[in-house]
Amino acid sequence: MTAAIALIRRHRVAAVILFLLVFPLLMPYQALAINILIFGLFAVGYNLLFGYTGLLSFGHAAFLGVGSYLTGIGMVHLGLHWLPALLLGVASAALAGVLIGWLAIRTRGIYFAMVTLALAQIVYYAFYKAEHWTGGENGLRGIQVPSIELAGFKLDFLNPTTKYYVILLFVAAALWFVSRLLASPFGAVIEAVRENEQRAAACGYDVARTKLLVFVISAALCGLAGSLRALHLSVVPIDSLHYLLSGQAVMMCLLGGMGTFFGPFVGAAVFLTLEDVVTTMTSHWMAVVGTVFMVFVLYFPAGLWGTLVRRIDKASS
Amino acid sequence: MDHTSQPPVSRSRRNVVAAGAALAAAPALFHVARAQAAAIKIGFPVPLTGAFSTEAQDQVRAAELAVKEWNAAGGHKGQRCELLVRDTKLNSGEAATRTLELIEKDKVNFIVGSLSAATQLSINAVTRERKVLFNSISQSDTINEAKDWSLYTFHEALNPHLTAGAVARYAFPKFGKKVVYLTADYAYGHEMVRGFQRAGQAMGMQTLADIRHPLGAADYSAFLPRIQSLKPDILVLCNFGRDLVNSAKQATDFGIKQGTKIITPVLLYTARQAGGADAFDGILGGTSYYWGMEDKIPSAKKLNDAYRKAYAGAVPSDYGALGYAGIRSVLQAVKDADATDSQRVAIALRQLKYDWYKGPQFYRKCDHQSVQSVIIVESKSKGMKDKNDVFNVLAIEPADEKNLRSCVEMGHKVS
Amino acid sequence: MDITPSLLALQLVTGIALGAIYALLALGLSLIFGMLTVVNFAHGAFFMVGAFVGLYFMGLTGNFWFSLVLTPLVVGAIGLVTERFLVRPLYGRGIDYPLLLTFGLSWVLIEAMRILFGIEGMPSSTPPALRGAVDLGIGFFPKYRLFLIVATAVVVLALWLFLEKTRYGLIVRAGSRDGEICRVLGIDIARVWLAVFGIGCAIAGLSGVLAAPTRAVNPEMGIHVLAESFVVTVVGGMGSLVGAVVAGLLVGVVFAMTSLFAPDLAELSIFVLMAVVLLLRPQGLFGKAGLMG
Repeated sequence: MTAAIALIRRHRVAAVILFLLVFPLLMPYQALAINILIFGLFAVGYNLLFGYTGLLSFGHAAFLGVGSYLTGIGMVHLGLHWLPALLLGVASAALAGVLIGWLAIRTRGIYFAMVTLALAQIVYYAFYKAEHWTGGENGLRGIQVPSIELAGFKLDFLNPTTKYYVILLFVAAALWFVSRLLASPFGAVIEAVRENEQRAAACGYDVARTKLLVFVISAALCGLAGSLRALHLSVVPIDSLHYLLSGQAVMMCLLGGMGTFFGPFVGAAVFLTLEDVVTTMTSHWMAVVGTVFMVFVLYFPAGLWGTLVRRIDKASS
Repeated sequence: MDHTSQPPVSRSRRNVVAAGAALAAAPALFHVARAQAAAIKIGFPVPLTGAFSTEAQDQVRAAELAVKEWNAAGGHKGQRCELLVRDTKLNSGEAATRTLELIEKDKVNFIVGSLSAATQLSINAVTRERKVLFNSISQSDTINEAKDWSLYTFHEALNPHLTAGAVARYAFPKFGKKVVYLTADYAYGHEMVRGFQRAGQAMGMQTLADIRHPLGAADYSAFLPRIQSLKPDILVLCNFGRDLVNSAKQATDFGIKQGTKIITPVLLYTARQAGGADAFDGILGGTSYYWGMEDKIPSAKKLNDAYRKAYAGAVPSDYGALGYAGIRSVLQAVKDADATDSQRVAIALRQLKYDWYKGPQFYRKCDHQSVQSVIIVESKSKGMKDKNDVFNVLAIEPADEKNLRSCVEMGHKVS
Repeated sequence: MDITPSLLALQLVTGIALGAIYALLALGLSLIFGMLTVVNFAHGAFFMVGAFVGLYFMGLTGNFWFSLVLTPLVVGAIGLVTERFLVRPLYGRGIDYPLLLTFGLSWVLIEAMRILFGIEGMPSSTPPALRGAVDLGIGFFPKYRLFLIVATAVVVLALWLFLEKTRYGLIVRAGSRDGEICRVLGIDIARVWLAVFGIGCAIAGLSGVLAAPTRAVNPEMGIHVLAESFVVTVVGGMGSLVGAVVAGLLVGVVFAMTSLFAPDLAELSIFVLMAVVLLLRPQGLFGKAGLMG
């Protein structure tokens, strides 16, 4: 058993991808599974900053939203093909990350959270007002991807299963990237900054530059999630930029386990499935989800996955 | 850890098998047994939670009534109709997801919904790509413009241009020439103002100011001193629902009503109930339906009676009645087309002439907008016979295609 | 444009009345943060609960003043329960946790109000004694809003007297400076924190019942208010009570003045103000530097 766990640990990306390949079979409907992929990526991107670097940002919806909108604008207004539009979305989110990150990392602790909230709200208003480009409150419509050409194959993107696997391709690539990053020396520096900033600085690491770099990478990953979301829903709703979505990222990381690789994904899956299932059972889903969340904060601060990992670690030691 | 006891491997293997079996069974938990005779399924995504939950729940009640009536009358060749209600949470992303769920998992035939301009547009984006018929029961100027529209897109509800125009045509000649707009700063608000100004142009109305307030603002006191100083003849509150309740209350508090007539493009029955008699006293506006017109319109009486019987004496609200009509039109088209696929039903819907609750209606060919009457009502604060009696019906502007924007203006090529 | 001096003056008064509610809200938030270093994300929800409870009591007793006294007590009690059972276990775990917990709590409170009072909210009206508008010479201004300004001043004064002039207030202030020393001196610091949380929530509830007559009372009314409260608290300085009052008035006036000249930018302007303050002077106008760094 311990050997199996160690094997999975070493090849965690492969294990995750294997799981995600069969995931649609476990879900009641594909659109939910795709949402979990997208928000799982969003949470993983966010976790890079929150769980691994220790910076609580309350404005990450800005990057999801920028990714979504720029992909949409690329396709609807600039007539781009879906892939260049997607890249445009990611690049724009990264750029937003540079701007917001550069401003935000001058602050610390709770002020960091507040400033990211404020800056994200400004982005929200900017996109809201730019009605001609973004559709304003009505959202950006017209993102139509009926079919996708991939490696010579023409795939029907409207088919939910096909859509899932195409999106999985991108999510898998992103997860692989994150895993490599965390296992690299840079990953170690990130965690050092979280544990003790002053000591990391004393060891000669440029803390500010590290933080900014992580911020930008996190923004790019969330931007990718946003771009995929635009392709999935065929619209970009204005609440992609709202702080409630930022709050959801935090919730998902906490539910799953901050500071673990797969935790945020689990958190996203649990959160979305819970919401979905509970919504069909009662209109008071907010009370149920809120209570579950509070229970986790109080009794399972390591999150579902985090607690599981800890138990396994303890058992195998 | 005791290594001499039964090795944990076999127990854990059993657990794995058990877990695997549970996982494999999971989809079965979600897949409900298929009904014997394939029912006609209509998806009904509406905001059951959030700011418009009251209106949405009324829509559900009225829609269920329509389905019940149709089933009781035999359905279509024995095929019954099943209404699948889903909560959009007043969130466009959620609405798109729900619509995908309804189409992909529940395999609905058609979709009817949803409250809020943004939500219906996002539902429409999903349905038109998959060629599923969508009958929208919420106000929007945009949904039948060429950019968003498709052959499968139908619009049962009023649109801002028509509503604002009707209110303007009634009120502007009566109360004066100087007008101030207090407008919610989103597409819907802008569309209302545009409708008012277009109609007002012909009458020589003078716009003193168009003050934009943030959507969902709770406090309007920052805008009221300026309105006070402008001393307009008419103040138009171009907002909706709770925004209207708040702005009406606060305008009353600031004494605007002395010397200024307050009008609004859409005066919701539910908003009036929530805001109370004082705040809305003397305010006049448009609506798609008010139960009080039953003495003038026979079909209104029929709907009211059926609703009263089904729901313990309650009456349908404006949006509720739209829920009823949206479903009924689609089901009638199923009968007319003798088919259940979206394409043929859409063709039948285009030819439909009906009178479900407010007089004669039909869908304009170029953009599938339901051409219908607009009712002008004024809020009452005295002489109310019961808690439902909140409006006086001042006028009913009859259904007329020329009150809509032209097909060409909407971007459609006139065939 | 059509701006006259009397319009400017009236707008200023409007801004001050607006600021009064902001100040009260920020006061509660800042108190809890300053003394407990807890960011109460349920603050908007407590405001909303206060509005509902206030209307309920007004309906029950027919008396506004009664309700004004009872409501903060009830909401404060809910705050006490919250601190004792939900927040206390999280001290020492880092500031993120109480923040996250209160975030979840806000969802539960909103749904609880929906279940108790219905989804459409409750109709509210101005108490008869305070109805109508007063001619200030520069224009008509609602009597109730003048009352709001006075009520806020009274609450601020009461709080100041409590903190500066009473023994218990001394303990509270000492506790915020250094909890350890207080414990060493034999003061049950946990009790102090409990009381402070309760007071903070009570003030939020009071803001709710005061605001209820001016706007629609529905379960979602606190969501918007929360963001605004944060703006004010940040600008004033988290943990500073003087800052909360000054910033409240400042933000109210900024919002009112921007609404006059560029109404569609008014809401954006307060977030820009928040960002600017955070970037140039993160501790706010009156906050202590290095707090929660």
